[in-house]
Amino acid sequence: MKQRTFRHGIHPARDGKAYTKDAPIQEYRPTGEAVYPLSQHIGAPAKAIVAVGDEVKVGQMIAEPGGFVSAAICSAVSGKVKAIEPRLTVNGRKSPAIVIDNDGAFTPIPTLGEERDPATLSNEEILTIIRDAGIVGQGGAGFPTHVKLTMKEGVAPDTVIINAAECEPYLTSDYRLMLERPEQLLSGLRVVLQMFSAARGVIAIENNKPEAIRLLNKLTADNARISVCPLKTKYPQGGERMLIHAVTGRDINSKKLPIDAGCVVLNVSTTISIYQAVCRQTPLISTVMTLTGDGVNTPCNVAVPVGTDQAELMEAFGGLKGEPEKLISGGPMMGNAMTDLHVPVVKASSSILAMMQDEVAQWDPSPCIRCGRCVRACPSRLVPAMMGKAADAGDLTAFEGLNGMECMECGCCTYVCPAKRRLTQSFKFAKNAVNAARRRAKEAADAKK
Amino acid sequence: MTNISVSPHVRSGLSTSTVMRDVAIALMPALLFGVFVFGLRALIIIAISAVTCVLTEYVYERLMKLPVTVADGSALVTGLILAMNLPSTVPFWVPVMGGVFAILFVKQLFGGIGQNFMNPALAARCFLIISFPAMMGGNWQAVGNIFGADAFAGFAQRMSTLTVDAASAATPLAVLQGGGEVDLLQAFLGIHSGCIGETSSLAILIGAVYMIARGVISPRIPAVFVGSAVVFAFLLNLLAGNGVPSVNYLVGQIVSGGLLAGAVFMATDYVTSPITRGGQWIYAILLGFLTALFRVFGSSAEGASYAIIIGNTLVPLIERVTMPCAFGSSHKGGAVK
Repeated sequence: MKQRTFRHGIHPARDGKAYTKDAPIQEYRPTGEAVYPLSQHIGAPAKAIVAVGDEVKVGQMIAEPGGFVSAAICSAVSGKVKAIEPRLTVNGRKSPAIVIDNDGAFTPIPTLGEERDPATLSNEEILTIIRDAGIVGQGGAGFPTHVKLTMKEGVAPDTVIINAAECEPYLTSDYRLMLERPEQLLSGLRVVLQMFSAARGVIAIENNKPEAIRLLNKLTADNARISVCPLKTKYPQGGERMLIHAVTGRDINSKKLPIDAGCVVLNVSTTISIYQAVCRQTPLISTVMTLTGDGVNTPCNVAVPVGTDQAELMEAFGGLKGEPEKLISGGPMMGNAMTDLHVPVVKASSSILAMMQDEVAQWDPSPCIRCGRCVRACPSRLVPAMMGKAADAGDLTAFEGLNGMECMECGCCTYVCPAKRRLTQSFKFAKNAVNAARRRAKEAADAKK
Repeated sequence: MTNISVSPHVRSGLSTSTVMRDVAIALMPALLFGVFVFGLRALIIIAISAVTCVLTEYVYERLMKLPVTVADGSALVTGLILAMNLPSTVPFWVPVMGGVFAILFVKQLFGGIGQNFMNPALAARCFLIISFPAMMGGNWQAVGNIFGADAFAGFAQRMSTLTVDAASAATPLAVLQGGGEVDLLQAFLGIHSGCIGETSSLAILIGAVYMIARGVISPRIPAVFVGSAVVFAFLLNLLAGNGVPSVNYLVGQIVSGGLLAGAVFMATDYVTSPITRGGQWIYAILLGFLTALFRVFGSSAEGASYAIIIGNTLVPLIERVTMPCAFGSSHKGGAVK
């Protein structure tokens, strides 16, 4: 049978999954303060609804959505609000955050963890629960899930895809969740399918996870609406556009949303968070992270309360091995390099990857030899070599003309480049510049009106 | 303090120098066979050509206070390809002049690696053919029974002398153009007169298989180039009123002359071939057409070198009309709506 996949892409030499794929998820209860940046999702920052000195409990909402495209934030610890002040976050910038002095008691709000039957709920009630639970896409982008699930009049998805590709090297948290909490995943999916009665559910898994495919196939065998779709193992199979293409054969570009292809795409962790919120009255206060790489003493998977200090977490699970050259939040292809581990775990945190050696620093970029490997690697079917030239020359018109804005920054071109050119870096810069110019033009046009 | 950089944080093990090293390795069967057939002179010409190219690049970059890039191996490859394209009978100053022309005028003056708009070695070959036609194509070293019983003694003898049995033996391609027939097996193995590295199709194909297996080149350009050259040779002969060409003639087009070496080592030059997939098809078909055109209608039996050079200059235009359609966009090459 022909394997479902997309054209181009890469097979990274080291997938690093062996470090942690057999490590069961452990639980962690933080002892130190918990920090909640108000902006840990796409959209408007959340608005704090607690004041310094307030007592908060586990599961209590401490910040409400700051607009429609925004998400609430709930506390994962109990204790006193110590401060609301700028704190260092994963992206290296300081941003306003609620700091809670963790009393270590983990006193919950009364309803926390209580069962609730989703069949009794209307779509509006489910959306409200998801919004108030602060659920965002946990695959990395952090797009508010209630926004994704809110349909325009007359629009309904025909496919709900669970993104279980986990194509980033090293990451195994979704894999472990599928093996250890498959019922929660399926219950979460059933909640979404309850909202969209015309849709089928597809769990899309890369075929390097045969145990997960087998288990979920068994559990869904008698469910007519849910199926498992094995995908070829290739990066970036879990990219939203690539995934929709592989599962449905439909293609969308940067100006379209999955729903334009009749799809809703939800990550494994996100779907389990939906289950927790709707069926167990537990908001998004915990995320599963993979602590991995040759720079950690004991690679493992941990369910971590959101707000936990990453340095504290790392110490609690064996610590770093000597002085790694690079610390990455997320996977090696799209993750963020961090200067400091003293940053809080956020909802979309998926890993701490510590590398003893920084491969990037070992190479100096040399001139492009036009070998065309980037063209063959680009899943967006662009010509990165030419885009790189335009971007480096500051020629944004040419960059846009080469469809540069279609780049999804997956990093394939940079990975394969024999001249070690920093293509993705140039593209991020050029895309930001184009977006900034578009914003300015729009503001100028609005001002004229 | 940990390192900070933009993602991705991993890189493939490939580099420009590993790619060039693979090309140099792939050239070895053809060049070593050339030394076996043509002896000491061929070896010296290869060495002079390689050293000249590397030295020219080094001296130029030092004088211009540029980063020295000889370690990437591209100048060495240029030198090897230039030598491959020279007859073993040329005086030793010819590879020197060719090497300086290739590296200085074709490569460095246009900005160095990645910037040249023609393949440096081929441009140098064409420059030499135009400037010194008698040396470059009028005087071929005769090739005897090199695989006979006294093959080793013959080789030892060829390696011990610099004087050439300068019989103006016609190359197989010239025989074909003159209406004759050639022994295809002999031509395939390379037991005939010709340039140092282009006589043995077998040796060239070994290099091609190596490069394809290592992922250095895709078979697209060489296969389409050779295929279309044969098809056009057939069609153009009909058009010229020469009648239906024989199988011997058509297969001979592939296994003799510079077509195969050009298709494998020169038409696939990264810098001077299109990076778009559609562009590679158009480019390869064009090269096949031009090669056949020059071979059928031209005064010289050869045609592949000029075809590639002309194709090189058209690459920017070809790429312009073959930009791929971005993922999720509906029409070719246009902006995404």
